[in-house]
Amino acid sequence: MKALAKTFVVVWLALVFVAAAIGAMLELGPAALDLRAPVTDHLTDTGVSHPVTAVLLNYRGYDTLLEIAVLLLALLGILAAGGAAGSAAPKAAHPMLQASARLAAPLMILVAVYLLWAGAFLPGGAFQAGAVLAAAAVLLHLVGLTRGWDSPRLRLRLGLAGGFALFLAVAAALLTQGALLGFPPAWAGELIMLIEAGLTVSLGLILAGFFLFLSRDLR
Amino acid sequence: MTDALDWLAPLVSLDRLAWLDPLAWLVVLPLGWATLAFVLGSGRGAWAALAGVSLQLWLAVELAGTILADGATPPVGASEMAAHHAVGGWGAPLGIDLAADGLSAAMLILTQMVALPLAVYARAYFKAGDPAGAWFWPLMGFLIAGLNALFVSADLFNLYVTLELVGLASVGIVAAGGGAQQLAAALRYLFVSLVGSGAYLLGVALIYGAYGTVSIATLTPLIAAEAPRLVWLAAGLMLVGLLLKTALFPFHFWLPPAHGSAPAPVSALLSALVVKASFYLILRLWIGPLEPLLPAAAAWLAALLGALAIFWGSYRAIRAVKLKRLIAYSTVAQLGYLFLIFPLLAQPAALQAGVMQVFAHGLAKAGMFAAAGVMIRATGQDTVAGLAGAVDRLPVTLFAFGLAGMTLMGLPPSSGFLAKWQIIEAALAQGYWIIAVVALAGGLLAALYVFRVLRQAFLVSGADVAERGPVPAVPRTLEWSAFVLAAASVLLGLRGVELMRLLGAGA
Amino acid sequence: MTSGLLFALVGVALFALGVAGVVLIAQLPRRILAFNLMGSGAFLVLVGLAQRGDLPDPVPHAMVLTGIVVAVAATALALALVRRLHALTGRLQLPEDDGD
Repeated sequence: MKALAKTFVVVWLALVFVAAAIGAMLELGPAALDLRAPVTDHLTDTGVSHPVTAVLLNYRGYDTLLEIAVLLLALLGILAAGGAAGSAAPKAAHPMLQASARLAAPLMILVAVYLLWAGAFLPGGAFQAGAVLAAAAVLLHLVGLTRGWDSPRLRLRLGLAGGFALFLAVAAALLTQGALLGFPPAWAGELIMLIEAGLTVSLGLILAGFFLFLSRDLR
Repeated sequence: MTDALDWLAPLVSLDRLAWLDPLAWLVVLPLGWATLAFVLGSGRGAWAALAGVSLQLWLAVELAGTILADGATPPVGASEMAAHHAVGGWGAPLGIDLAADGLSAAMLILTQMVALPLAVYARAYFKAGDPAGAWFWPLMGFLIAGLNALFVSADLFNLYVTLELVGLASVGIVAAGGGAQQLAAALRYLFVSLVGSGAYLLGVALIYGAYGTVSIATLTPLIAAEAPRLVWLAAGLMLVGLLLKTALFPFHFWLPPAHGSAPAPVSALLSALVVKASFYLILRLWIGPLEPLLPAAAAWLAALLGALAIFWGSYRAIRAVKLKRLIAYSTVAQLGYLFLIFPLLAQPAALQAGVMQVFAHGLAKAGMFAAAGVMIRATGQDTVAGLAGAVDRLPVTLFAFGLAGMTLMGLPPSSGFLAKWQIIEAALAQGYWIIAVVALAGGLLAALYVFRVLRQAFLVSGADVAERGPVPAVPRTLEWSAFVLAAASVLLGLRGVELMRLLGAGA
Repeated sequence: MTSGLLFALVGVALFALGVAGVVLIAQLPRRILAFNLMGSGAFLVLVGLAQRGDLPDPVPHAMVLTGIVVAVAATALALALVRRLHALTGRLQLPEDDGD
């Protein structure tokens, strides 16, 4: 009975909220500011030609820096919640499946490199590339070709944190020159490419870690 | 105005070190040592943390010095802030701005001031191989980085990212190496934190839709000029989301399990700092961009919930069986005081009272949880009853607990006294005696739960305790870092004038 | 009505649905899904409401990308905690807190 009353109240409140929000949205006039023009005007100084990538890594690059910190942090939380170590022995899949995974993995790496490179002028970039890399690692694990990850050794830790460390180091180096992440226009393209390349590897490892650290045998 | 602040003068050297902008370094530095601690590996990184936090404390004091030296400090909440850094060199609204006034500087100083003794404490608390301490240092680094980033950000969406950084770091350290009860507390905390920041994010999305910017400085005049109905909804969503994260009654349900089940240094960080971060943001929005939208009734609703928090939290603390639950419920009660100031904000003294309470509770509660950690380790159990006769074995720790209790009760000369005195003074000056009565009653209730612990430790005989065999030795570092925090909460009352001046509200 | 506004209206409904789910559903994996629904709703509002005219505004697009990454991180952490809780208690629901 109490649960039913709670459901009723929550659903009723949600409906009222939706009705109020829809009503208010329908009467909304044009926004006071339009950032599309300034984003385009300064695009040549950002080092990239795709406006979303320019916002993501230059105009609002600080958000992205903190966002990578959040990802690394989630991985730390997973490691900290831990549980007894001992990775599950991989179950070998059908040889046919293994063979096609072997074939797919290098192609996925190729796609990741393309996405990274295309990010400068098309939708794409480090996160998308990293996600494809992580998918390749998960695929190899699922068909039984690689083991789940245990507590990370130094090399893996360097790989996981390296992209963020590089991003932070560039940000700090630019800070000593005047502004945090204040890319000089002449170098912006190269620096952003360097950061994105580093992030691709680390993001691939972190996202793969979300899966592979969890596939440990928790007992 | 600067005469009384000569003690800060030698620290004000920013003109010579133009590249050392404390606003940005206060975020970069903890991110740096957190990453380093992670790369160093499980259980390592304590020294990086100690060095980093010390440097950050210096930077925060430096920043406060700059803001004070800048004679024409604008009042807190003004859109033009004393210290300012345009990330990427773009400037708002295209880029993200960092900005700090007296309020931000005060929060930054408190954060590093609490973090430093707690880092010393945690280094002694987590023994080698303790799974709860395995990744403590990088998690603490990201937590401090998130807090600092939150206090200096002047961009609503960037603030969302910092909120998530703080939230996930907090959940991570609560869950670390824990059993089922601790994991359940962490999960409950995680969901509350995510719903809170989700509501805040939707509010930011609506604001962007209405105005096309998320920069606080750009928004403030725009909202004052014209606010469509959608913006009221956005303000409500943002504030409710943040209240959920601040654990104001009746949104407090998640706090006692999370703060009560984590290891002592973690509870101390969470109770002293993390809940204050979302409170800071509420205050920042309330006296800043959202000010034209908020009717007096909203302020009174906040104060009413604050009063209920004081009574309910104190009642549960008085009844609690476990020691850490008692302290966690005391946090619920003490957070209530922070919301008593909202109807009084017409007077600058009310803001000062609020920040003084943030300091008083931050230092005292960190000291109290640290002391509780020592007692739990020495008695082997987390109960009030188990403290019988503890005074013979832990005099320093109990003294620390008593000093922190003094601050919570609001006895002179502690900073808690100063905070409560200012709340009462501001309330009486504006004729709201009911707020003064609530503040006084809260002090009496705090006395009940503090003396409950002290009575058990001092007056109840511990004769049967001696028969239980040898008492585990507790590192002296633990006792003394708890003592430093508690003593600071009392001594701050004597240096309150400097803090008030830093806030510089309406000066 | 522009298509952007339609996205925003649907986004608000999804958000409310997600919040109701997080509050009402006891089963933890489904609660995590509800949280993701809530986040997606907020992202739709952010992109949809800012979409005026033909040219898209890149700023909310970048913000949503940031938001998605944060949501991925939170989801991963939540799943890890739920899995650990399941390993310890064999249940996928939160135990009642004893309140003291």
